[in-house]
Amino acid sequence: MVKATPLLALEGLTIGFGDARLRVVEDVGFTLRHGETLALVGESGSGKTLTGKALIGILPRGASVLGGRAMFAARGAGGLPEAPRDLLAMRPAELRRIRGGRIAMIFQEPMSSLSPLHTIGDQVSESLRLHTELRNDAARMRCLEVFEQVGFPDPERAWSAYPFELSGGLRQRAMIAMAMACEPDLVIADEPTTALDVTTQAQVLDLIRTLQHDTGMSMILITHDLGVVANMADSVTVMRKGKVVESGPCETILTDPRHGYTRALIVAAPHVPAPRPEASAAPADPIFWARNLSKTYRGRRRGIGAPPPVIRAVQDVSLTIGRGETLALVGESGSGKTTVAKLMLRAEDPDPGAEIGFRGADGRELDVAALDGAELRDFRRRVQIVFQDPYSALSPRMSVLDILTEPLEIHGIGTREERRAHAAELMRKVGLSPEHLRRFPHAFSGGQRQRISIARALALQPELLVCDEPTSALDVSVQAQVLDLLRQLRDEMGLSYLFISHDLTVVADLADRVAVMRRGRVVEEGPAAAVFADPRHPYTKALIAASPTPDPGRRLDLAAVARGAGDPETWPEPFRYEGDRAPPLREVEPGRQVRCAA
Amino acid sequence: MLEYVLRRLWHMVWTLLLVSVLIFWVVNLPPGDYLSNQIAQLRASGEASSIAKAEFLMRQYGLDQPLWKQYLIWMGFWPGPNGFSGILQGDLGWSFELDAPVADIVGEALWMTISLNLFAILFVYLVALPLGTVAAVKANSAIDYIATFIGYIGLATPNFLLALILYHKGAHWLGLPVGGLVSKELADAPLTFEKIRDIATHMIVPIIVIGTSGMAAMVRRLRANLLDELAKPYVVTAYAKGLRPAAAIVKYPLRMALNPFVADIGNMLPSLVSGSVLVSLVMGLQTIGPILLGALRSQDYFLSGFILLFISALTLVGMLISDLLLAALDPRIRFSGRNA
Amino acid sequence: MTRADKATDPDAAREAMLDPDAHYVSAEPYDPAADVQALERSDLDASTAALIWRRFRRRRLAVISGIYLLAIYLALPFVDFLAPYDPAQRNPDAIFAPPQAVEFFKDGHLAVTYPMRSEIDMNTFQPVFTPDLDDPRPVRFLARCGPVYTLLGLVETNMRLFCPPEGADLHLLGADRLGRDIHSRIMHGARLSLTVGLIGVVISFAIGMTLGGLAGYFGGWTDAAVQRSIEIIRSLPELPIWLALSAAIPANWGPVSVFFMISVILGLLDWPGLARAVRSKFLSLREEDYVRAAELMGAPTRRIIMSHMMPNFMSHLVASATLSIPSMILGETALSLLGLGLRPPAVSWGLMLNDALDLTAVEIYPWLLAPMVPVMMVVLAFNFLGDGLRDALDPYS
Repeated sequence: MVKATPLLALEGLTIGFGDARLRVVEDVGFTLRHGETLALVGESGSGKTLTGKALIGILPRGASVLGGRAMFAARGAGGLPEAPRDLLAMRPAELRRIRGGRIAMIFQEPMSSLSPLHTIGDQVSESLRLHTELRNDAARMRCLEVFEQVGFPDPERAWSAYPFELSGGLRQRAMIAMAMACEPDLVIADEPTTALDVTTQAQVLDLIRTLQHDTGMSMILITHDLGVVANMADSVTVMRKGKVVESGPCETILTDPRHGYTRALIVAAPHVPAPRPEASAAPADPIFWARNLSKTYRGRRRGIGAPPPVIRAVQDVSLTIGRGETLALVGESGSGKTTVAKLMLRAEDPDPGAEIGFRGADGRELDVAALDGAELRDFRRRVQIVFQDPYSALSPRMSVLDILTEPLEIHGIGTREERRAHAAELMRKVGLSPEHLRRFPHAFSGGQRQRISIARALALQPELLVCDEPTSALDVSVQAQVLDLLRQLRDEMGLSYLFISHDLTVVADLADRVAVMRRGRVVEEGPAAAVFADPRHPYTKALIAASPTPDPGRRLDLAAVARGAGDPETWPEPFRYEGDRAPPLREVEPGRQVRCAA
Repeated sequence: MLEYVLRRLWHMVWTLLLVSVLIFWVVNLPPGDYLSNQIAQLRASGEASSIAKAEFLMRQYGLDQPLWKQYLIWMGFWPGPNGFSGILQGDLGWSFELDAPVADIVGEALWMTISLNLFAILFVYLVALPLGTVAAVKANSAIDYIATFIGYIGLATPNFLLALILYHKGAHWLGLPVGGLVSKELADAPLTFEKIRDIATHMIVPIIVIGTSGMAAMVRRLRANLLDELAKPYVVTAYAKGLRPAAAIVKYPLRMALNPFVADIGNMLPSLVSGSVLVSLVMGLQTIGPILLGALRSQDYFLSGFILLFISALTLVGMLISDLLLAALDPRIRFSGRNA
Repeated sequence: MTRADKATDPDAAREAMLDPDAHYVSAEPYDPAADVQALERSDLDASTAALIWRRFRRRRLAVISGIYLLAIYLALPFVDFLAPYDPAQRNPDAIFAPPQAVEFFKDGHLAVTYPMRSEIDMNTFQPVFTPDLDDPRPVRFLARCGPVYTLLGLVETNMRLFCPPEGADLHLLGADRLGRDIHSRIMHGARLSLTVGLIGVVISFAIGMTLGGLAGYFGGWTDAAVQRSIEIIRSLPELPIWLALSAAIPANWGPVSVFFMISVILGLLDWPGLARAVRSKFLSLREEDYVRAAELMGAPTRRIIMSHMMPNFMSHLVASATLSIPSMILGETALSLLGLGLRPPAVSWGLMLNDALDLTAVEIYPWLLAPMVPVMMVVLAFNFLGDGLRDALDPYS
């Protein structure tokens, strides 16, 4: 059988960096057929983005193509492919005609990838002016058409809007519109949904799929997320440290991975757990709880005489963490989950009327909201926090030893020698060699730094850890290792966790109970198993339905996402909010609450 | 946008008011004042008519009142002996030393000062913009090195030293008139084309002197800003659309780097105006600089106070203009209140 | 084709990589545990100070400037010893004498110079100096000459590094209208001209740190007030205000008080930049997770400020202070130049340039402009040093 000419046949791509010609991409090849999607999968530093950029000749300064061929056969008139031409050998002017016209690119950060000083209309119609005969009104009409196609509710408004006036999801839609305007044959999408909330991600992925179906374009999807791959790709190329480690049809790779790295990636990828029958009622022995927690901020006054707007970051939240248990607080950006943690830690003061309680191992109950002085210091010793950003969490001026002994020094525990020995012990506990104590944080990788942060949090032998998205800045495989470490430490030391995450699936295995937040309120709360197996609230359902998993059999359920992902005012009865009024949290089963009217 | 303009205007008026208090306090810092000194002197020599005149002037301008009242009268917020008659009403006060109304003394010098600064700013704009752009786009090229070199010259040679050098050698090297802003024979002539041309040629050297250090600083900053912007993702987006590099740079990163450039002009103004005063003193230009120095020396405080206030107002108005320009250029400021 | 075949046969493996329907598996090994201990950036494994120093050292111009400045500041206490003349010493025979030539290693001497003979030009009635080339005289090194001075406030001596030859003058950079040696005066002038900037910076540092810190720490009303005063002071043209303030210094004050007042005046208008830097650093550091972590560990405020925040913004402040010293040096020069700064008998570069304002004098005696050279060199050196420090400050980028 004679094979049809593929859209793109890349082979032997090698990219060097800097004067030393350090090979950051080496001998990468793949074949992409018309109308198909190829996923380029890898973690940071794998060279996947450079590979994508090399195809259209926009490598960053210092990087250059050292070898390889990329035979590109554009769709000609009548749908027949043209004779293939080598993208890597083209003259700049020739490549410019293809770039943006025949091959378009979508970037990860829509905010920084769009110019803040030009209207969306201007930026999108620019490709039309460059690659088509369309001008002025005709170009504008075509743009409005594309805006409609990518799901802008008001295309006219989008035309004259500036990027800072749009939400993250709409900005990415604008980027997609820019790529789609000239009906390209190939779209290179570089982590197109990584910066988005999970429900928005599901909608954008669906949009890309629909567009692909309608226009017959092909796509190279650059991503680290095998869940996204399972939902989008026909074939997969896995890269690590600049080389292809495994490639093949999507199903084969996901169901029968052969390379150790691919396997590790699949195991590490978040997944929705299989239903496990497990009835746990409300926590029997609470260690840390909050009642009626609210926080109101005053916004900046807009306009002379207008009262400053009031921002209700957290409204009437009540939570209970049982001893030795993990409570996962889940919500998308802006849901108020981190504020809840700050309030409970007394990093900020809640609005009056809140009650925060802590009962330590000694059985004494502390009224956290009213603590000060020595009592507050005692509380601080028992409750510690692990932050999200491993780069900001450790002072660059202190050695690891100083970082780990500081908590003990503050509380005046032990002699110098004892503190030193304790620090070495902590390092071993988090899986690092005590030899690293003399080193400085910037020498370590993100995962290692997060381990050091955990070690610091454990220095005072706390009873409870607040983990504020401790793994969301890490690569997938490292994320899995850190989660494993946290689980192991909890079981060994009898810790309790308040685990904050934007991603339900990350906490699936770790959490005993889950509380889902949306716009400052808890909408559903209950045992993790029950919430995953039988979500009651439309928003929880949407979150679960929108979480991509590396299982080719499980596709995103867009209908469920659409029902629950919108504003609370659009939720179906009896869950709907009326303006600022929300239905109450009702106990639907023992230990399980859902925010809905009767 | 209108609200922004109003807010910014209100802000300026407020600042200017505080500045006027500050200035009035500063010029009144020296113990004694010109008139009391003079009266004491006259008493010693015993000229009755002069004493009477000095005492009349003292009452006329409320100098026998407490200081806070003097300020209010000076500004025209409070009725003096002649009712409301202060700066707000257009009465700039009396120069005791030169025995003439302040308005008459500073008259032409004000316009000279304004035009000198205006042209200096234009010079900074016209030279710094292309030089900084090319230096950034062609980083580490010959032009970049030339720009860096000019930058160091501007840095190392403060304007009054440059003025000193050019004052002595400028006529010789450049064949341009140096010193003063008008030729002697035209000084009292009406404003004809001839005189304007004469002033223009006289201004060339001072403008270069005043503008050079600011220009050098602007080139450095524009280069740094533009280099930053060139590395931003939206530039890659523009390239990915198939835009030619030159077109892409002009439309996106240069456009972005223009905003801090405009804002910097505002920040640069105080030192520019400072420089123009200093250079005027060194080169004997007929701006308000030399008048200010004389007035400060002789504690002629209506004169020095007004000039200081005028210079501050000039700076503030310049900053206002640069802010408004920035708002016009940057939709994030212009449309901050618009709902998406 | 089996997996083993692919691993052993590179061509076949490549083919599998390029065939979208085939399953390609690379032979690259993968050890998930290997990464846990390996250092990612061993080049950054050092204290911040060490990293900053490492980076700073690479900026040759900044290092040279630093050494130069260090040398001249260290030399200030020894100026009496280093300069051949007393700054006030008048020499009626050398009024407006031009710079004098020196030859090294001549006639067995380390350096010789030629005495100047002056004649009055009968057309201009100006003295005309010509070196007497037939009469080389050795410059005396480590010799005694001129008035007695007190070295470091301890030893009374008139020993100097070098002295004019017997029976001749040694005006390396010429002499001024009173016949005072310009070279010696430049060296003595450095004392005031260079320290004025230091004192000014100390004052501006004190005000800036206090106000900026207060604004950053308390926020709210205090912050608004500080910010507003920063704005006002920044919008004032410095020089005219300096002039007005210096004009207010009473005429009967002694040189030391005047010098101190001038430093205060220079510092008074300079703090807003520093205050703004402190404030914004304070605010941004408070948001750093490691500072929040220290807070949540129960660390007292003093400890957080001293051990977590101060080290981080001090380096920035040192750099910005370095960059604001030259503007103060120039400020003093400008004020003295205009006759509103330091007052004779004090000696400073600005005061010396005051003589140069006389157009005709400079036309004939251009060496009166000599003090410009050290002004420019010091200003440049501070700028290079400050730029170098600032660029080295963030060693992690």
